[in-house]
Amino acid sequence: MSDVSQATIPAPATPADGGKSAGLAGTGDGGPVGKPRSLWSDAWYDLRRNPLFVISAVLILVLLVMAVFPQWFTSASPRTGDLANHFLQQPQYGHFFSPEWLGYDAQGRSIYARLVYGARASVTVGVAVTLMVTLAGGLIGMLAGYFGGWIDSILSRILDVFAGLPFLLGSMVVLNVFDVRTVWIVALALAFLGWTQIARVTRGSVITTKQADYVQAAKALGAGTGRILLRHVLPNAVAPVIVVATIALGGYIAAEASLSFLGIGISPPTVSWGMDVSDGKDQLRNAPFVLITPAVMVSVTVLAFIMLGDAVRNALDPKLR
Amino acid sequence: MAELGKKDEATGAPTVGSGSAAEADRTAAHTAAAGEADETAEVVAAIEAPVERGEPILQVRNLVKHFPLTQGILFKRQIGAVKAVDGISFDLHQGETLGIVGESGCGKSTVAKLLMTLERATAGEVFYKGQDITRLSGRALKAVRRNIQMVFQDPYTSLNPRMTVGDIIGEPFEIHPEVAPKGDRRRRVRELLDVVGLNPEYINRYPHQFSGGQRQRIGIARGLALNPEVIICDEPVSALDVSVQAQVINLMEKLQDEFNLSYIFIAHDLSIVRHISDRVGVMYLGKMAEIGTDEQIYDHPTHPYTQALLSAVPVPDPSMREGRERILLTGDVPSPANPPSGCRFRTRCWKAQDKCAEEVPLLAVPERFQGSDGPAAHESACHFAEEKDVVHA
Repeated sequence: MSDVSQATIPAPATPADGGKSAGLAGTGDGGPVGKPRSLWSDAWYDLRRNPLFVISAVLILVLLVMAVFPQWFTSASPRTGDLANHFLQQPQYGHFFSPEWLGYDAQGRSIYARLVYGARASVTVGVAVTLMVTLAGGLIGMLAGYFGGWIDSILSRILDVFAGLPFLLGSMVVLNVFDVRTVWIVALALAFLGWTQIARVTRGSVITTKQADYVQAAKALGAGTGRILLRHVLPNAVAPVIVVATIALGGYIAAEASLSFLGIGISPPTVSWGMDVSDGKDQLRNAPFVLITPAVMVSVTVLAFIMLGDAVRNALDPKLR
Repeated sequence: MAELGKKDEATGAPTVGSGSAAEADRTAAHTAAAGEADETAEVVAAIEAPVERGEPILQVRNLVKHFPLTQGILFKRQIGAVKAVDGISFDLHQGETLGIVGESGCGKSTVAKLLMTLERATAGEVFYKGQDITRLSGRALKAVRRNIQMVFQDPYTSLNPRMTVGDIIGEPFEIHPEVAPKGDRRRRVRELLDVVGLNPEYINRYPHQFSGGQRQRIGIARGLALNPEVIICDEPVSALDVSVQAQVINLMEKLQDEFNLSYIFIAHDLSIVRHISDRVGVMYLGKMAEIGTDEQIYDHPTHPYTQALLSAVPVPDPSMREGRERILLTGDVPSPANPPSGCRFRTRCWKAQDKCAEEVPLLAVPERFQGSDGPAAHESACHFAEEKDVVHA
């Protein structure tokens, strides 16, 4: 029987720990065993080799830095306009990263500076909504899925009611209550209606996971509910939730832009791409760049998050391997 | 409702070596007006007490599990029940292996879950060392779980893919910290890996880095961690290929001798069950059809269902195969939600008569064999039990 126990397990060597993996093959000599490879590290190994992931990750990284330190990208202010000199001035595409690079809008403000400063609103709304939705929806979905019975019945009916409200129209009704709408108010309004998607995914995922034999085995050992949820159910049910949350993040950014475009999103003076698109629609014929540049920015950002979610799904879903 | 009569008769008897002593202690405690805590302590003490070899350690009496079938979304009402296990009784003696065989869907795995108290029994009792474990909770239940462990069927789903082997085998110690002090746990895990024939250096690996047979060894190591007395094996080798099956079976036999374990071994592979079991029970549609030693069941079956099962076992000798009669059953297993009246097997049985539809046959030594000492005189739930040598014919 010792031949079985000594059998080596082929593990794809990574450049980073190739030396250690090679050491693994010869565990018979009793040498130290290399760093273990979990499913997460396998997923990370896959991700690093996926061009889709690399492109979207770089884009998102640039966006995040832009949101935190906009002054690193431009010296111009997004709020001071100069109508006398810059009214709807055409873009100077040769002058990279200068204030006049992408032209000026109808109030003589640098469109490039507004793009840079607009990132903060979009990224904040996207990340904040995703965090709130994942925490609230994840908790509700997990409780409903794990405990089932009447808890599930009640939570699922509440979920059905919220899922029945149209997302964008519902947020407009909620936001209409406020006179001044900050980034956080918009985020709360979106999260208030957006948690159902995550809750559904979490519930389904937890129901699948709780039937697994290793959960039964933990119960048979006498493990309590807390241990089973935290050690066994959550780590195994979280992958689809992460995927959906990443993809949804792009959707929330688009929703914020839509609301701002309709004039019911973030209020000025906060800079938002959606508002810039709205401003640009009046000059669409004589100065299309005023509308097109922020619109492209929204699309690229949403696309980056959806691509990231897709790549993460491919890496985490063992069925696709 | 002949079952009711059987229940009274069956529950009358469960006495165990340590049971009577515990009983006496309990009455004493009651007169002293002791609270529930004392009672729990007594149950725990009874569970921890040792049992002599050959004494019954687990006694199952008329165990029933019905899964309700409900209709409606908001207001659920019961429209029926799947009678997965419908009145099963048997004993498991200390140090022996009891095999349970039967085709898919006959309730074998539900029995395993009931014995593990992973499912609550609808009715009936499971006595572990004289204590009914189906109604226990809290500390007493935890004590039972220390002593009855399980090896699962599918080694690919029974190990948490997000935990290392060390964490999986070490988890029992975290749940029952009294078994091993904190500093000692890593060493114990390494020992367990060694015991089941795996390299102790694999402690930091993840389950997906192992083969099926190796994973099943990890599952066995986890089951052994708490030094249990009973291990319930729910088709532990069905998911493994044949050469690995033999290794795992041999390992389990070795461990039984080493740690003085009692096994309940659930499987549908008749030859493996014969190899490992001291006694064998045959299940059909939630009921026990026949139970006896492996010689009695395999060489002298008296229940037609057992005979049909055995006649399907492949015989490697072509000349013997010629003269052998194969019993081909017609039809499918009836739905456990709506089982046939009387004998469960009558719809597929070639001996069925009117009596079979009216009377439920009891699991007892058939009348015609009652006087004899021969191997055919074992419990068989058939009105027309008779010997038929299907394996050697």
